[in-house]
Amino acid sequence: MFVLIVGCGRVGSSVARAMLREGHNVSCLDEDPESHARLEVGLEKSWEDLGGQFTVGAGLETEALEAAGIEQADVFIASTDGDNTNIVIAQIAQRRYEVPTVVARVLDPLRAEWYQRQGLHTVCPTRVAIDMLESAVREAADRGGAADDAAATV
Amino acid sequence: MYIIVVGAGKVGWNLARELLDKGHEVTLIESDRRRYLTVEQELEHNVSYGDASELWVLERAGIQRADMVIAVTGDDEDNMLICQVAKEKYLVDQIIARVNNPRNRRHFDLLGIKPSVSATDLILRLLEHEVPEYGLVHLLDLQEEQLEIIEMLLGKDSGVTGRRVGDLHMPEGSLLISVLRAGKGFVPSADTVLEEGDEVLAVLDPGKEDDLKALFGPEGNGANGG
Repeated sequence: MFVLIVGCGRVGSSVARAMLREGHNVSCLDEDPESHARLEVGLEKSWEDLGGQFTVGAGLETEALEAAGIEQADVFIASTDGDNTNIVIAQIAQRRYEVPTVVARVLDPLRAEWYQRQGLHTVCPTRVAIDMLESAVREAADRGGAADDAAATV
Repeated sequence: MYIIVVGAGKVGWNLARELLDKGHEVTLIESDRRRYLTVEQELEHNVSYGDASELWVLERAGIQRADMVIAVTGDDEDNMLICQVAKEKYLVDQIIARVNNPRNRRHFDLLGIKPSVSATDLILRLLEHEVPEYGLVHLLDLQEEQLEIIEMLLGKDSGVTGRRVGDLHMPEGSLLISVLRAGKGFVPSADTVLEEGDEVLAVLDPGKEDDLKALFGPEGNGANGG
C-alpha cells in the first residue's frame, strides 16, 4: 500500500517508520526540511535508501501534495501540529483526490467528534488521554473506596 | 441582524464598527489577548476573547441564533473551518470567508465555502479595470451558472477592428453580447463592423478567456481563421 503522511513530527515520523518496516510504500510531506532527520532516528540506513520518500512543502499546496504522490495514495494521514490544517487537508484528500482511507489527527475533542460524525475519520489523542486519566482515577477510587468501606466496618 | 465577525485585525475591527453603525448586533471574536484588550477599549461588550475554531467559543457567542458569520482572520484554514462549522453544524444562513492566499480559493470552493473574498483578487480586478492596456476586464463570474462576462477595449492594433462580426471566428462557448461605441451601447448584428475604441462585452464559458484574448488582442490571429 502507498501511505502518504503529511506532518512529520513525533507522531508522523513514528508511524512512517513503522509502516515502512511493515513493507508499505511511505511518502512524507513536511514544511520543515529538518524533519527529515527525525525520520531517520534509529534507522541503520537513510530514509531514501530504505525506500522512503520525503517532500518539503505545505499540505495546503496541491503541487506539494501531488509531488508527494497523493494521486497514488491508498492511505492519507494528516498529522501536522495544527488541527485546522489537518481537517482541511484531510477533506481535500477525501474530496478532491478521493483517497480511499483518510485519517486526521485532531486534538480538539469536540471537533474530532463532530467531524467524525460527518464522515471524516478522526483520531483524538486528547480524548484518549482524558479517558485514560478518568479511568486511572476511577480505579484508584475503587481501591480507596474498598479501603474506606473496610475502615467503616471496623 | 445578528452578525458574528471572527478576527479583529484591521479588516475585522473596521467591519464590526461599520456593522454596529448600521444598527446590527455584532460580536467580534479575537484569539490574541493583547489585540482583544486593545479592541475592547472601543467596542466594549461587542468583542469577545477566544479561539473561534473551538465550538464552545462559537456557542458562547450565540452562534445558534446568528444570521451571519464572517471569518476574516489571517489564516485561511481557520476561515474555512469556522465557516464550514457555522454553515453545516449551526445552520447559519449566510457565511462570508476571507481568502488570504488566492491559491487557496479552490479549497474554499471544495468545502463549499461561498462567498469567499480575496483582497488580492479584488485589487487585481481593479487593476484590470483601471489599466485598459491590460486587455480584458472580468466583469462578472456567474459561478453557479458556469459563465463569465468580460469586457474588452479594442486597441488600434486589435486583430478584429475593421471586420464584420459575422466573419469573426468566435471560440466555441463564447458570444459577443454588446458593443459600446462613443458612449452608446448596442447589440451587434452579423453586419456590425468593429472599430478601434469599441468596448465589447462577451459572455463565455470559464477558461475561454485566452482564446478570446488571442482573437481580440493586438496579436490577433482572427485573420488566420480562413
